[in-house]
Amino acid sequence: MEKMTRVSTINGRTMFCHLDAPANAISVCRDATQVVVAGRNIFKIYGLEEDGFVERLNLRVGRKPSLNFSCADVMWHQMEENLLATAATNGAVVTWNLSRPCRNKQEQLFTEHKRTVNKVCFHPTEVNMLLSGSQDGFMKCFDLRKKESVSTFSGQSESVRDVQFSMKDYFTFAASFENGNVQLWDIRRPDRYERMFTAHTGPVFCCDWHPEDRGWLATGGRDKMVKVWDMSTNRVKEIYCVQTFASVARVKWRPERRYHLATCSMMVDHNIYVWDVRRPFIPFATFEEHKDVTTGIVWRHQHDPYFLLSGSKDSTLYQHMFKDASRPVDRANPEGLCFGLFGDLAFAAKESLMSAPASAGDVGRKTYPGGDRRYPIFFFKKPDVTEQFAQVSSALSVFESEADSSAGMDWFINTAQSYLLSGKPFAELCEHNAHVAKSLNRPQESTTWTMLRIMFSEPANPSLSTNHNLNKSGNLPLVNSFSMKEMSGALNERNKENRQDNIHSLETNLNNNDENEETEGSEGQAEYLFVDDELDDDELYSMEHDNQPAEESEYLLPQEAFPLRHEIMDHPSAPEPLQEKQESPHVSGSEAESMCLTPMESFSLISVSQQLFSPHLPPKFFCPIVKEMLCYYAEQGDVQMAVSVLIVLGDRIRKEIDELMQEHWYMSYIDLLQRFELWNVSNEVIKLSTCGAIMCLNQASTTLHINCSNCKRPMSNKGWICDRCHQCASVCAVCHHVVKGLFVWCQGCSHGGHLEHVMEWLKQSKHCPAGCGHLCEYT
Amino acid sequence: MKDEADDLPEVLPSGPSAFIPTEEILEEGSTHEVMSDVLLSEGRADHINMVMGLHPTYLACFQRTQDALLQLDGPLPLSWRHYIVILAAARHQCSYLVQHHSSAFLLAGGDESWLRGVHCAPPKIQHLQTLNKLLAHRPWIITQEHIQELVCPGAEARWSLAELIQAVVLMTHAHSLASFVWGCGIHPEPEQTEDQTLQPCSPTDSCCSVRGKARNQQEWSEAVNEVKLLMERMMMVQQQGEEFTQEEMVTRFERERTESLLEPADVQRSVLPDCVSRFVVDADFTYQDFSPRGAQAPPTMRAQDYSWEDHGFSLMNRLYGEMAQLLDEKFQVACALTYHTMAMHSHVDTSTLRKAIWNYIQCIYGIRYDDYDYGEVNQLLERSLKVYVKTVACHPEKTTARMYFSFWRQFRHSEKVHVNLLLMEARMQAALLYALRAITRYMT
Repeated sequence: MEKMTRVSTINGRTMFCHLDAPANAISVCRDATQVVVAGRNIFKIYGLEEDGFVERLNLRVGRKPSLNFSCADVMWHQMEENLLATAATNGAVVTWNLSRPCRNKQEQLFTEHKRTVNKVCFHPTEVNMLLSGSQDGFMKCFDLRKKESVSTFSGQSESVRDVQFSMKDYFTFAASFENGNVQLWDIRRPDRYERMFTAHTGPVFCCDWHPEDRGWLATGGRDKMVKVWDMSTNRVKEIYCVQTFASVARVKWRPERRYHLATCSMMVDHNIYVWDVRRPFIPFATFEEHKDVTTGIVWRHQHDPYFLLSGSKDSTLYQHMFKDASRPVDRANPEGLCFGLFGDLAFAAKESLMSAPASAGDVGRKTYPGGDRRYPIFFFKKPDVTEQFAQVSSALSVFESEADSSAGMDWFINTAQSYLLSGKPFAELCEHNAHVAKSLNRPQESTTWTMLRIMFSEPANPSLSTNHNLNKSGNLPLVNSFSMKEMSGALNERNKENRQDNIHSLETNLNNNDENEETEGSEGQAEYLFVDDELDDDELYSMEHDNQPAEESEYLLPQEAFPLRHEIMDHPSAPEPLQEKQESPHVSGSEAESMCLTPMESFSLISVSQQLFSPHLPPKFFCPIVKEMLCYYAEQGDVQMAVSVLIVLGDRIRKEIDELMQEHWYMSYIDLLQRFELWNVSNEVIKLSTCGAIMCLNQASTTLHINCSNCKRPMSNKGWICDRCHQCASVCAVCHHVVKGLFVWCQGCSHGGHLEHVMEWLKQSKHCPAGCGHLCEYT
Repeated sequence: MKDEADDLPEVLPSGPSAFIPTEEILEEGSTHEVMSDVLLSEGRADHINMVMGLHPTYLACFQRTQDALLQLDGPLPLSWRHYIVILAAARHQCSYLVQHHSSAFLLAGGDESWLRGVHCAPPKIQHLQTLNKLLAHRPWIITQEHIQELVCPGAEARWSLAELIQAVVLMTHAHSLASFVWGCGIHPEPEQTEDQTLQPCSPTDSCCSVRGKARNQQEWSEAVNEVKLLMERMMMVQQQGEEFTQEEMVTRFERERTESLLEPADVQRSVLPDCVSRFVVDADFTYQDFSPRGAQAPPTMRAQDYSWEDHGFSLMNRLYGEMAQLLDEKFQVACALTYHTMAMHSHVDTSTLRKAIWNYIQCIYGIRYDDYDYGEVNQLLERSLKVYVKTVACHPEKTTARMYFSFWRQFRHSEKVHVNLLLMEARMQAALLYALRAITRYMT
């Protein structure tokens, strides 16, 4: 028989059929050829054919079906293939005999429960024994040969959600309760449970005995957990715990797979998950067919792990094939990367990936200069043959940065603390911040500040320092060293040629350039320029007329379709060749780099031009550039710069930038500041921000929880009197009045009082004003 | 055992409730620790707290929930929360709550102009009005389309699900609290009455005259007999093992639900004060018995198909976790609350009576328990009690002192407040279930 079943099921496939009504529960008969579906308005038996479900029998007969047909649960007897039992929502337990000749197959009706019966369960080996669990808190055991229940088990007025006979122990059954408890009963002793333990917080909706392991019980609860308990020992022990996404409505062990179980949830989530309890973080397999909550799951055959049947509120009945299940593991990202607070970097990846470049640790070191791959920690998981998960032993490496290395975030802290964001005229703020950036060896930022000052304030005296900065900016160590030498060489060449030719037409210029490139063999770049040239044709033409002595910098232009910059570039003041050489490679270096870096380049050029030509351009003119610059900084992860500039520029730029984007920057910066515990700076930023969402940050979570100074217990959140000891808390130790305002206290003896009073007192005395003898210190 | 009916003190107009003598409230309530907690934390106990203080275990739970709802972290801004409560309370013309939360709204930094009326509030809040209306009077009409209108991404000023859940809880909370305020005849707070524009909002019938009748010796003995009869019935119901046909059960349920005779006669009230009416849109929309046999009538909700314990909690837990826990606890406390006393008797198992009241209220709201015999309701709840319960649950603004005094004449006031607590919670749960079911359907 068993064999036959297997043969037939191997040919099965994932299939479904529509029911007339939502299902509440399903159950299969022992030979796995038929399934019964029960719900409020449905009670049918379907045959499982090779290519679909076939309706065999409708048990819901009669013109006005009674509530006895409104089933909360159904079970097919595993010994007697004609016997079924249902639990009705009105508290009736009904048995059905399919061999009855008439249409009405109802055999017996027990109406002993006062409230909804949540679960019925046949004894796995005893033919005539049926157990029920009800909302009224009672479990009843019926002998089908008698008209009444044989014994009643009281769960002490707590509603019973599930009852299950043990597979291995003849006399034992488990019951789960609405209050989170699970009880074990001996069927012979109705007076008292054998064992009770609290399994979940909130109701335990389901439980299931392991088919093979004696004493293993899986429970699922409203707290979204599935727990596996070992009852074989003296103390009930939780051996596995799986955290799912929603309340667990049903749990069923998978046949022939010791560690697998299937779950479905009560609400929200419609999928069926099969978990390997040893891998509780990701489902082993998922069935995603249902459109509404899955209410019943059952493995088709008790020795076949590949077929799962499920019924759902969406009025469908499915047969899922295991081979068609989706495997979330395959889609999961096997690598993890995280920065520590002090610039350390942890990296976890598949071990196969990690072991290969074990020797190539040098690479890692180079990528993280100053870093030290100090502990390559390896977590090995012993490969388990029975485990069907993909081999996933991963390795975790931690790259630690040295304390004084530049990779640390010291610059961030220093910058945050030293930047001035308000309180001075705009120009001074910029100047100050430029100095700060410079002193922290961040020339690019420093230059930016200087630029901003020049752009947005009245032309100042061209100072030498600006020039100096410029040179520095050219030396930015930010470029990928990718073929830099070659490039600069090539460009140098080009520069010379171009100068000699002094070409007026850009097209020819570019053509020439092309030739140059070709001769020098760096084709990729040539193409790149050419394409851009086509795009920007018009602008280039117009530029031509503006300024005849087009400089070599024009080669850079086509890369950005950004008209403003072209115009600015029109009057470059013949910078020193050296500078040019170094700048050019930045721009025309690798694609990615050039895109990011060009804005900076253009700024340096602007500044130079500003020195020579008086500024005709209104500050507004620069807004798009500044906007792009801010975006660039933010993209690079330097929100500090973006936000600082935003604040200092204030109205000059605010309207140009998307509100949401601003808010996003602010949030990121504030978050960073708070992570570095720079509370004051963060507060200042919040105060200076102009976004509504940011400003209200200061108004949230302003509650301070305090304990009463007398009885040391928490104070309620209002009033000055402790509600426990009925005394005034927070009394000033000096004047003995209640402090309503700034309260300062000694961290040593916890006495304190009005700020002024304590300050005064401690000027005169070293001891605590409360007279406790502590030597307080006011700093 | 007190014999308060013989010696009922006169009510001071300044007391917390128009129905319940102040002395009794003070005697039973404020000695308790929870009350003093409230007193200390708020600086004073408002009238609701004082009346509710008759049941300290519940009060503690209620306070926790209300604080979490109005003060603690949540998706909605504090001022918005008060404003939503104002809108919800206004549906039941509860100027007590409207006043109370108007000042709280201003304290929370709300924009004063909003108080000029709902038309001055942002459109996002105005969109809530339909849902508010339905939740207050006919929650069974709520469908996923109502939710979708508010939540769907295309909508202007859309609500997020988390915000919506909080708003729903706020509204149901305010509706049921309005029932309590009317049901217990809560007086306006002293500072509210100072407001010249405000008319006393709670029922003003002189309760003394009504109660005067009860002093009649003959009626008193009648009342004592009534209690005895009720207790006998309760015993009977508990022991009764008789079975009924399906049809009989359905009819019983329908009968309870459609007893529209219980509609209170229209009490002539002074015109709705402007301070309340300006927050009400479509004021004519009120509770209405739905005819379940009509073609387009919404079907009865089966408690087994969508229950708070299983479904409501799970959804709420996902969207507004801490509130799910608090509400769950509150429902449990409200359902389990008992002192094993009934009028002059003690050591009584009142569970059947409480169950009957709870199920009757939910039945009025169209929720049906398959496993409950609604015949019990008929046996246990006397007519005057049904009138009172139905009025307070569905038309709280029509509650009168006469109704309050005419049921359970020999019962203590604290027991009548207990009925109000059951009423409030059952009503809130019913409305919540409908709203949550609609949200669930929207999500699937």
